[in-house]
Amino acid sequence: MKLLKHIFSTLVTLSSLAAASLCAAADAPAAAPAAVPAALPAVAPAAPPPLNWHAIIMFIIFVGVTLVITYWAAKRTKSAADFYAAGRGVTGLQNGMAIAGDYMSAASFLGIAALVYMNGFYGLIFSVGWLVGWPIILFTVAERLRNLGKYTYADVVSFRLQQGPVRIMAAIGALIVVVWYLIGQLVGAGQLLHTLVPQISYQTSIILVGVLIILYVTLGGMKATTWVQIIKAGLLLGGASLMALGVMAHEGFSFAKLFNDAVAIHPKHLAIMQSVVPIGAKANPLESISLGLTLMFGTAGLPHILMRFFTVTDSKAARKSVLYGTCFIGYFYILTFIIGFGAIVMVANKPEYVENISKSILALKGGGNMPAVYLSHAVGGDFFLGFIAAVAFATILAVVSGLTMAGASALSHDLYAQVIMKGKSTEKQEVFVSKMSCIGFGILAILLGIAFEKQNVAYIVALTFSIAACTNFPILVLSLFWKGLTTRGAVVGGYTGIFGSIGLLIIGPTVWTKVLKMGPAIFPYDFPTFVVLPLVLIVAYIVSSTDTSESGKAERAAFDAQKLRAETGLGAEEAAAH
Amino acid sequence: MSLLIASKIQSNPKYHQLVRTRNVLGWSLSLIVCVMYFGFTLMIAYAPGVLTAPIAADSVIPVGMLIGIGIIAASAVLTGIYVYKANSTFDPLVSQIFDEAIAHDPAHKGGH
Repeated sequence: MKLLKHIFSTLVTLSSLAAASLCAAADAPAAAPAAVPAALPAVAPAAPPPLNWHAIIMFIIFVGVTLVITYWAAKRTKSAADFYAAGRGVTGLQNGMAIAGDYMSAASFLGIAALVYMNGFYGLIFSVGWLVGWPIILFTVAERLRNLGKYTYADVVSFRLQQGPVRIMAAIGALIVVVWYLIGQLVGAGQLLHTLVPQISYQTSIILVGVLIILYVTLGGMKATTWVQIIKAGLLLGGASLMALGVMAHEGFSFAKLFNDAVAIHPKHLAIMQSVVPIGAKANPLESISLGLTLMFGTAGLPHILMRFFTVTDSKAARKSVLYGTCFIGYFYILTFIIGFGAIVMVANKPEYVENISKSILALKGGGNMPAVYLSHAVGGDFFLGFIAAVAFATILAVVSGLTMAGASALSHDLYAQVIMKGKSTEKQEVFVSKMSCIGFGILAILLGIAFEKQNVAYIVALTFSIAACTNFPILVLSLFWKGLTTRGAVVGGYTGIFGSIGLLIIGPTVWTKVLKMGPAIFPYDFPTFVVLPLVLIVAYIVSSTDTSESGKAERAAFDAQKLRAETGLGAEEAAAH
Repeated sequence: MSLLIASKIQSNPKYHQLVRTRNVLGWSLSLIVCVMYFGFTLMIAYAPGVLTAPIAADSVIPVGMLIGIGIIAASAVLTGIYVYKANSTFDPLVSQIFDEAIAHDPAHKGGH
């Protein structure tokens, strides 16, 4: 306890330091630009970038409100169920909002808008793929997860299997996904904050995010995380609605005019309506199919998303939350599509936003993820730009909080409490380890965020989805629906998914050619899912079927009891009294 | 005690009815989503011309845009259908199964 208090005071000091440096930057705007490399962009065309007051004030309001919530949540977080699962008191609507807040990442907001801005129609393929995982989650796993699980999806996979090997496999799968996803989010956060408020360096931005996350998650646990996600979802949906409204008002509320204007302005003209691959790329049928599989089943295998189902009161609330979540997310994706086309019309070819208009009318100051941000300026001036910037920042904080929660629970609940201590640790010890893991994750996030500065955010998220689609989701579904699955089958199948996808990603074009610069890729596809997913299913099937061990027999025999609980909720974790 | 309840539930035909109807509903709706989505994906892969054709001669809007937005809308509608069905049929069934397992002996009740 003493240690925690000490950590708390250190964190408060750290965050006030960060706030102080922010204010110092604000007081001395003239001194700051010296530290900013000349090539870096300014929001306004003036040479020394003026301080983006609107954005900073709104950041501070958001951070203030969320810290108050964290304080409130910390006082109400006592048991492990409070910490990991918000006391299982979250309602369907609240969880639906939180799911939307957990899922609508900076990559989907800034990234899809940017994809549409560059490639037009092609961006919609991502929106569709990222949405269709949701009905699948509802129809197959949502209620059963709530009925079987305690804190992590590994609880469900290992329900009737051997705890040690299955949890280690599931935790490795979860941690890889969480860490990669985290990198993508943080790089986005650092670039965004630094571009919007050049007085704050990329590193400072990352540290700020890391410190805030540690505060939210370590002190407020899942309760604080849930409310940060709910507030962020409200802000993001509101902000994106206003932006889309602004675009439609500019275009006389005519979709025909919007698309016609976009085709006229975009340098590729009609190609933006006629390309189902990135413009200029060669059509590759297998790649398109693999991308489709990855987006759909990857969504259904994200540990931080699956974890949300343990926070609701019962399986009824779990299913309702997916309905609400799907509606919010679907609505949001349609907005991002309008925002992307709106940016072609209102941002491209405008000297105040474009890097070098004589070279390209599309390339924006501040890099590839900026179309949505500049569109907010085009629609509503400095004030709205500040608002959207704060919303984007809130988005990153909410998603990173969810990821940190998921990563810490894999470490503390799965690896520490169940594998190392074999279920004999006390709740207090487990929560303590979890909080330490959160701090560790926060620090790791800061280091990785700084190390991965120059990567494309959307790409990293897409790669993460491959691993989730090839490992977490198929093993989860097999454990729920196939009586024949045994520990051996689950573990060998799971590692096939993890190492298969990582191996093929390394020898694929993204890593082999672009990162390692080793020439043409050995495996010529960006997304390995179309190979690895069937392979995992086949391996899990063969290994389970040929498993004649006594433990294998016992595991098959335990299926009926698992099914009873999954279907009826008999014996499911109860919602906490308070 | 809970073992007794469990075996009572497992011998209750309503439990098997619950499992069957939920599985049929869940998997058929999943199938619909997969057919829609992989139909769309296969068209992207093998018949992009169908998706990129404009919806009308004087329009730049491609057919695929309407299909894509249609799939997003249909996904939301299908989740709504599932939730409606589950609320109206599965939940009452589950509470009936529990009541019968705890309060009555289903074998006895059948005799009257």
